[in-house]
Amino acid sequence: MLDYLRSNRREVIAGVVLIALLASYLGTHPRGASTYVLTIWANQCLILGLAACAQFFAVVVRGIDLSVGAVMALTNCVASYVLDGSGIGMAFGMLAVVGAGALCGLLNGLIIVYGRIQPIVVTLATASVFVGAALLLRPTPGGAVNYDLADAITLDVLGIPTALIITGVAVLGFWLPFRRTGLGLGLYALGSSEQAAFQSGINTRLVRLAAFTLAGLFGGLAGLFYSFVTTTGDAGIASGFTLNSIAAVVLGGVLLRGGVGSLIGALAGAFILKTIASLMFFSGIPSLAQPLFEGMILATAIAIGGADMLRARNKLEVFS
Amino acid sequence: MADSPSPLLEMQDISMHFGATKALDGVDFTCNAGEVHAVLGENGAGKSTLMKLIAGVLQPTYGQLRVEGRDVFLGSPKAALDHGLVCMFQELSLVPDLTVRENLLLGAPGAGLGWLRGQGLDKARAVLTRIGGTDIRLGARVEDLTLPQRQQVEIAKAIMKKPRLLILDEATSALSASVVESVFDLVREERDSGTAVLFISHRFHEIEALADRVSVFRNGQRVATFMKGDHDYGAIINMMVGQKIEELFPEKQPGAHQSDIVLDVRNFSWEDQVKDVSLTVRRGQIVGLGGLDGQGQGTFLMGLVGLLRKTQGTTAIAGEPSEITSPKSAKHRDIGLAYIPEDRKTEGLILDQSIQENLELAALGRADLDAGDPTLYAGSLEQLALKHGGLELPVSSLSGGNQQKVVLAKWLALGPRCLLLADPTRGIDVKTKTQIYTILRQLADQGTAILLLSTDYEELIQLCDETHIFFEGRIAASLSGDDLTPQNIIAATLNVSAIPQAAHA
Repeated sequence: MLDYLRSNRREVIAGVVLIALLASYLGTHPRGASTYVLTIWANQCLILGLAACAQFFAVVVRGIDLSVGAVMALTNCVASYVLDGSGIGMAFGMLAVVGAGALCGLLNGLIIVYGRIQPIVVTLATASVFVGAALLLRPTPGGAVNYDLADAITLDVLGIPTALIITGVAVLGFWLPFRRTGLGLGLYALGSSEQAAFQSGINTRLVRLAAFTLAGLFGGLAGLFYSFVTTTGDAGIASGFTLNSIAAVVLGGVLLRGGVGSLIGALAGAFILKTIASLMFFSGIPSLAQPLFEGMILATAIAIGGADMLRARNKLEVFS
Repeated sequence: MADSPSPLLEMQDISMHFGATKALDGVDFTCNAGEVHAVLGENGAGKSTLMKLIAGVLQPTYGQLRVEGRDVFLGSPKAALDHGLVCMFQELSLVPDLTVRENLLLGAPGAGLGWLRGQGLDKARAVLTRIGGTDIRLGARVEDLTLPQRQQVEIAKAIMKKPRLLILDEATSALSASVVESVFDLVREERDSGTAVLFISHRFHEIEALADRVSVFRNGQRVATFMKGDHDYGAIINMMVGQKIEELFPEKQPGAHQSDIVLDVRNFSWEDQVKDVSLTVRRGQIVGLGGLDGQGQGTFLMGLVGLLRKTQGTTAIAGEPSEITSPKSAKHRDIGLAYIPEDRKTEGLILDQSIQENLELAALGRADLDAGDPTLYAGSLEQLALKHGGLELPVSSLSGGNQQKVVLAKWLALGPRCLLLADPTRGIDVKTKTQIYTILRQLADQGTAILLLSTDYEELIQLCDETHIFFEGRIAASLSGDDLTPQNIIAATLNVSAIPQAAHA
């Protein structure tokens, strides 16, 4: 048990911080710990959470995805056309939205793997392409998403916010089993030491391609969920989500050098970031000063995460 | 050589060109099942390229590989693994951020991108236990393991793949004698059950102990293949270098034990890894540090150059008590320590930078030296006979032995009073080893005090004037003169007072 805590200490720290923040948020909120407050909170968190998941898959293979927000914008605009109509039509519509995200990711991956270009450059370029496509679809915000479907996915089930149930499914139903597959392990191997992964007989191209496709897929999921929360399509949402998704994974203990971290950490980081923003909103701090405080909290949190370096008695350990 | 119609692996007329360089040139090579085949050659002779071709890391420019008589194309390590060709690389193939268990699973037979079952883990655990890795937990992160432990995991990982051909490329270079012996037992067992083994080592006594057949490579060509015992060491060395080397080790100078003390360490301790170590190194002396792996000798060297926090004990340089708190203070002119670390690729060099830039690194922090001045290095580069295609090329373009020379040259530029070396000849070919021995002895004769950590007891005996053997953080024995025998060293590494004379030839 102690061993387990030690090897997952990043996630444990993020979890403890999240619980503390949530408690103080619910404490200061005028309406307290009601389903209503929790649902709105969870919806906001999950949008960024899914974006952070997308970013996680790029970062864990020692890459970065600057197109996460753009994929969200594009899929959000797609969603605003296809999520209103018959039940079957909407089911296919949801598939189309997520599929569009996965295709964006696949495109990123293909250029990165076969063009041998750094992910930061590729995704910077494709981000513009995706936003451009989104603008063609929705020059101005608009469109509609079926309200019944949106309510079903963004409200609660028996008092539990649906967003939290989705989070639980993502962790228990997807991540934990995925971590035990060759692909799940391969992602880490690739990010930690590509040479070792290759020599161990791993198809590094395929794994990298899969990583960026998964990033696109989660970007699509984030765009889809965002559509359910806002019920419109808006091509202008990209930039904020991209940068926040990077901040979230870092906060959740995912190392930008690759190979370390987990989807749970990425989710926790996103939830922490959003909870801090919500806390600010009710804390009476002038809204213009909020980015300043958010930034300071982010910097402090990351510094605390690196504090165990102070205990190193062998100076070389600091560099590893 | 055609002792069976279709040997397990047959390489026909293999050439491997990198640009204008011919790493291998028209090589025929066969490997038979149930045989340990040692491959010898100095660095750059083409051994590593040969191994990489078999492991599927590289593909030959010309030529054909056959497995059991059938033509195969090995486009990737995966393809080679599918044919049962398993390589344990000298550059370790473990993923540092994953646990031992996950690393073992990564390369396990039948492991694709889908669900991983734990098959084979029991076998790997059993192998680890057999080769002295009882204390390696499967849940431990590889990054937290020591170098020898990582090699043990590599061996377990290779055996777990049920190889038909097992390549051991300097597989035991960081392991201590007793562990090596258990690894050899394991390899012999694999051989007896029909596995072909390709064995690369620079230690003759290991080849003596393990090989059935020996092939010698030189300049990208196979020079000779013969059964073990057909030629003696001298003849084999001559085949490898193409010229006669009279003696591997330079002669010791008598009288060094009376000169001035340069390094005087008293009661040095750190955590529970180094306990109350006292020793002196005099001008002109080469003092050896030996022992099993991880007995504190490596940590002791790190502590001397200020890499450890909160060490206890005193260090005096030429009689002056000195507080060495960091490598920067250690290399200061008043102290003049230079430390050649164990892992040249990660700690000794910046591989992507040029040779020249790497050379300048040590002198950079010294106010009294101009690091950009090429004359600072010219002398030692010449003395070391560094083979390079231009100082502006990246260090990674050099062979292992030449890389080590760059590490040496960068420190020699500072004119150190005391040189600390951690296993400087690990994984280096015989010719370069001999050069390094000669240079160390020359440096000693010129007045440098040398403290040499080594895992090769021949070095401790032949090169060192005095040798301290560590056991569990303490100096278990200090040997010099006629006491400096293999028997005494082995006895001290195992911390027993004496062993029968017949134990080791």
